[in-house]
Amino acid sequence: MTIAAPAAANSPAEAAASRGSVALFWERLRKKKLAMMSLMVIVLIYGGGILAPVIAPYSYTQQNIDQALQGPSRAHPLGTDRLGRDMLSRALYSARTTLVVSVAVLVSGSLIIGNGLGLIAGYRGGWVDNTIMRVGEVFSSLPGLPMLILVNAALSPRVDEFAKWAGRLPGGGGVVHDFASYISIFAALSLFFWVGTARYVRSLVLQLRERDFILAAQALGASTPRILVRHLLPNIAFIVVLQLSATLGSVAGTEVALTWFGVGVQPPTPSFGAMIYDGSGTRTFQAYPHLLLVPGIFVSLLLFAFALLGDAINDVIRER
Amino acid sequence: MTGYVIRRLAILPLTLFVVSFFTFAIARYGPGDPVTIAAGQVRDPEVLERIRHERGLDGTIFEQYQRWAVRALEGDFGESFIQRGYSVRELVVPKMIVSAQLNVLSIVFVFVIGVPLGMLAAWFQGKWIDPLIISSLLFLSAIPVLVILPPIQWLLAVRFHIIPVGGWGGLIDIYWIAGVIAVPIPNPHLYLPLIVLTVPGFSGVARLVRITALQVAREDYVRTARAKGLTETTVALRHVLPNAMLPLVTAIGLSLAGIVEGSYFTETLLGIPGIGAFTFESVRSRDYDVILATTLIVAVFFIVMNLLTDLAYARIDPRVRLGASNLS
Repeated sequence: MTIAAPAAANSPAEAAASRGSVALFWERLRKKKLAMMSLMVIVLIYGGGILAPVIAPYSYTQQNIDQALQGPSRAHPLGTDRLGRDMLSRALYSARTTLVVSVAVLVSGSLIIGNGLGLIAGYRGGWVDNTIMRVGEVFSSLPGLPMLILVNAALSPRVDEFAKWAGRLPGGGGVVHDFASYISIFAALSLFFWVGTARYVRSLVLQLRERDFILAAQALGASTPRILVRHLLPNIAFIVVLQLSATLGSVAGTEVALTWFGVGVQPPTPSFGAMIYDGSGTRTFQAYPHLLLVPGIFVSLLLFAFALLGDAINDVIRER
Repeated sequence: MTGYVIRRLAILPLTLFVVSFFTFAIARYGPGDPVTIAAGQVRDPEVLERIRHERGLDGTIFEQYQRWAVRALEGDFGESFIQRGYSVRELVVPKMIVSAQLNVLSIVFVFVIGVPLGMLAAWFQGKWIDPLIISSLLFLSAIPVLVILPPIQWLLAVRFHIIPVGGWGGLIDIYWIAGVIAVPIPNPHLYLPLIVLTVPGFSGVARLVRITALQVAREDYVRTARAKGLTETTVALRHVLPNAMLPLVTAIGLSLAGIVEGSYFTETLLGIPGIGAFTFESVRSRDYDVILATTLIVAVFFIVMNLLTDLAYARIDPRVRLGASNLS
């Protein structure tokens, strides 16, 4: 919704229309009880992730071998893991990881690459369109999971080197170092998640391309980048963001799966995938079910909420 | 139609080339030099150079790719770096057969169970049963395989001893009655992977069937059928269902993709000797030629599936093949 707001400065009429559609959309979505409940679950889990440094009772690395593998208690509401680390704190920090990765993938892979290529393909048409769409076709025919595993396995050592190099930099190096554990997974995911957005944006642009206000802009001699950014983008931004929020769940699910495989987020950064891996195994589950249930329930709830919300959003978009 | 098929087939070799080169380049630039892995303890530069040459890993990446591609086209995917003396082909083919059996069986069950569930939901549209079916299927598909598998495994195999904990024993098992009469039964090893692989797929199929069934139910010929005095059951089974099945062709590819992805986890967790578990192992042990081969096999499979789906879709919907893809 914030994305649509800057449009106000560009063309008042269009902005009014899109502000109206934001309100209309919100009104329609608010009537769907399931969607609202899903939104609440997502906000709760992601909010817990954002506030993890404040609300988590322990650090995610703080070990206490004396209290390893305990069930829920007053000191540790969700129990402790093999190294005596507090499960609740680890789950909250894992939610943070999922949030960072999925939003980063969405912004870079979908909003920047997907949106940009979709705009260009739809507006220019011809061989540009053909090339972009054929490349997209190649990417979408690749098997997702094994390719991601491969790309990630190849990328992560290089990113580690980069992180070590960045860690030695004075000043802002520390921040880069902190986020280095996310970089390889988010780069690999971005590589595969742009195609859907590009196709969707292209189809929207094709509908708008022949409209009067674009023709007028062309007649006035506006450059292609200007038409793309100032005239086309504001008109599709809101609906694209909506469409994207419906796909957030699949990004989050893929992050969990990759980390489970051992090629995603690397320890000590906590992730649901790694937590689930620690808890799987029949004997482990029999003896310490909370190791699997805690991250499992968090992930399942999150993905289910995303699926329901995505459905509701798609319904509302189609109603327009 | 012919033009569309030719157009799609024409880019197939290009896609295959891009996919294989992409995979090849990533595998080569990946961590861990395969040559030092193959050499084991030896660090003599001459030996390393000899191994590099034998494995075709000298020269530029393009030369390496060319050598590899020529051999791959002849069906030779090299030799495993980890399991010495075995060619990749020897290792991969039996695993492909296992995975193929499991996946084909799963897709059959996804449709056999998903279609009736979708029809049921459409039949009860407007009542509480419809949202109940759809949202519980959606919930089941939201739980990741790797979360649901250990609890089911524990419950059915460890706690109640109904089925084996894991492993693979083929499709058919022989059950001896009194040690004399042999009765073929489905192998009990199949149940667990089948449950885990099919249940997440139901929601996609059921929702598609439901939505198309509801659309079809508004058609004139359905009203005519009702006007003729046919019972609701006959209308649903003879008039609505066959017409609602048509768009399902497009769901096959998507469902199969989900099953293939799920089998990476299922096979690994259950110790089933299939492609998924093998890929997992080879990524962990950096067995590059195996990774390359397995990734490519799955990639080719996906590409062909996508192609078939698109062709089937074009056959159903003329707008696709007439090049009106601009509007999609």
